[in-house]
Amino acid sequence: MPTLTAKKMSTRLSRPAPELIFGDLWEFDPAPESADPKLKARYELFIDGKFVAPKSGKYFDSINPANEQKLAEIALAGPADVDAAYAAAKRAYDGVWGKLPGRERAKYLYRIARLLQDRAREFAVAETLDGGKPIKESRDFDVPMAAAHFFYHAGWADKLDYVAPGRRVAPLGVVGQVIPWNFPLLMCAWKLAPALAMGNTVVLKPAETTSITALKLAEIFQDAGLPPGVVNFVTGAGDVGAAVMNHPTPAKIAFTGSTEVGKIIMRALAGSDKKMTMELGGKAANIVFDDAPLDQAVEGIVNGIFFNQGHVCCAGSRLLVQESVAEKVLAKLKNRIRTLRVGDPMDKNTDIGAINSREQLDKITRLVAAGVREGNEIFQPACKLPAKGFYFRPTIFSGVSMSSRVVREEIFGPVLSILTFRTVDEAIEKANNTAYGLSAGVWTDKGSRILKMSTELKAGVVWANTYNKFDPTSPFGGYKESGFGREGGRQGLLDYCKLV
Amino acid sequence: MSRLPITKTPKVYVGGAFIRSESARVFPLKDASGEFFANIPQCTRKDLRNAVEAAAKAGPGWAKRTAYNRGQILYRLGEMIEARAGEMADAITLGGATPAAAAREVAATVERLIYYAGWTDKYEQVLGNVNPVAAPYFNFTVTEPMGIIGVIAPDEAPLLALISLIAPAITSGNTVVALASSTQPYPAILLGEMLATSDLPGGVVNLLTGFRKELISTFATHTHLRAISAVVNAEERKALALGAADSVKRTHLRKAEDKHDWLADSAQSLEAIRETLEFKTTWHPVGA
Repeated sequence: MPTLTAKKMSTRLSRPAPELIFGDLWEFDPAPESADPKLKARYELFIDGKFVAPKSGKYFDSINPANEQKLAEIALAGPADVDAAYAAAKRAYDGVWGKLPGRERAKYLYRIARLLQDRAREFAVAETLDGGKPIKESRDFDVPMAAAHFFYHAGWADKLDYVAPGRRVAPLGVVGQVIPWNFPLLMCAWKLAPALAMGNTVVLKPAETTSITALKLAEIFQDAGLPPGVVNFVTGAGDVGAAVMNHPTPAKIAFTGSTEVGKIIMRALAGSDKKMTMELGGKAANIVFDDAPLDQAVEGIVNGIFFNQGHVCCAGSRLLVQESVAEKVLAKLKNRIRTLRVGDPMDKNTDIGAINSREQLDKITRLVAAGVREGNEIFQPACKLPAKGFYFRPTIFSGVSMSSRVVREEIFGPVLSILTFRTVDEAIEKANNTAYGLSAGVWTDKGSRILKMSTELKAGVVWANTYNKFDPTSPFGGYKESGFGREGGRQGLLDYCKLV
Repeated sequence: MSRLPITKTPKVYVGGAFIRSESARVFPLKDASGEFFANIPQCTRKDLRNAVEAAAKAGPGWAKRTAYNRGQILYRLGEMIEARAGEMADAITLGGATPAAAAREVAATVERLIYYAGWTDKYEQVLGNVNPVAAPYFNFTVTEPMGIIGVIAPDEAPLLALISLIAPAITSGNTVVALASSTQPYPAILLGEMLATSDLPGGVVNLLTGFRKELISTFATHTHLRAISAVVNAEERKALALGAADSVKRTHLRKAEDKHDWLADSAQSLEAIRETLEFKTTWHPVGA
């Protein structure tokens, strides 16, 4: 009977299949990772190939942000320790590393990559305990990618004549590096691998909340027989970082961190002849056109902003959705966010782990409160958070304006702001309307539009129909106030050499 | 009875027009023998900001020109200077250069433009590449012009050094706001006339004359200048680097106290082009 069929069909259309909402409806059994991180009770400075106590005799605690328990004590470096580290790096450069043939440097880097792969699970657990990121991320991304960076750059060490066509390159000498807490081991690898491949020696300061995997990496340097002084680690907070950056010895400094601190370093080094690389903040636009595969885009949006709790300089923190699909995308996004599992980073099912520190949690809380005060519409899923430790619910703001603080400022947390646009030109205008220019995402089915957007977006990395992808062969770095210089790829090596 | 010659009123070339300073200020230029030659515009910070605005307007159009077209325009600029080489050499001798040295400088300037004209459609092939990422993505790195480049030329080699700083920047589609030699500004005045007849769109190269001490702070801090390419002394380097930090501006500061052989081949390079480029990496999935 035709009428009945029609009626059935219309009923089906008006009532779409209910979405599967996991969230707290389904309890997952705990699935804790149990590998031994092999932590020491106390970590010393790593200078001249040896673990040495700081001259001050002072130590600070590194805690697990997931439960606020102390993990280990870390040596607090003072100016004298920084001097000693630079002296060791200078000796190593003049005496050994700067003279070593490229193929020999390569072999050390290959060894480091291999030894890191051997101990990958141990490092992943240590990284998650120290930094709070989900074990599935440190296991599947941070540690393998760190090893890949050493392996990739190892092969460059004896092929440097191909880095700058028509020119010969030479190392700069001693390099000072300061890295952030969001990808502690991976940032170590990003900074060290190209510097060492090129023949430089290094003094590096890890972030004070996440020093452990760097110092575990130092164990690997010892096992690999890396000549003493080629890499030196000094640990501590901002004052130690300043001592590393402002020291007279390094020919180059490389910094990854906030734009605010990057500017302070640039001012401090004004008038010096030091080369610089700055990998600073971002406020990336992730742009969804109406022809995009929306379910795929929603996955990309989630990965773009909630990967590593949003502690990612290239996080897709400004979602720009074409008006005609904005409601649909928002509805799908809310459903998807309800299924995210927030909690114990050591649980293999956890999607969003612990915020790295109380300080960062406070900053996120403050900025989200400002977003609410501005009258933006806020959505947070009703997930349970652990009683102890630093956690923040995945958050989206909709109905925001370009002038809103949550749109202008880098939050560095799991907080997404949603804006809409009508035309391609409006999307470009809004995406570029920021002082930052690190990255951007584009979601559309149209190839020519991807290339148009990629050309127009003022950003160093553009992800088309994907987001937050990284590779040692792929240069990473920003435009405008997101910094200068590149890391990774052939172009990244250019920042660690001089042309002769 | 000899004819009284008509002397030219020097004007600077900004936004495709020949203008005096908005302040109406001038400073007298004397020739090598100390005789009055002409009054040169003493450009102000406001003139600099106006020039940046002109460069901003011209930027997108220039960057969108085909590489082939940019190459032909740079070549055309070489043609324009070659055709007026004698006049340009005379302008350089005003500063005390011998006629032979001045002629060498003009010839080298033309050669430099031809060198960069040839790069416009090649640097991308050398500097960019496809990256073999370990995942199913087509990943490629290309270059893009930074935008507006501030150029501060040294006092010596008033034409050749100026062109050696400007040419690599515009090869890739940047636009330029340049401050010419303070002691020998006249070749830059003449260069403006040659730029105007070279098919280079107005606003792509903007030339200012005046004094560094008045303009350097604005060069340093103007947010729309994305990079500074300059030959400057220690004090100026510090001032530029300090101001540049405010907007994370790129600085390529050569030392005025070093000897620069502007005539040498080493004064032109692919790296000089790269200094005013950004690298952009795009990820695209490979699949059906």
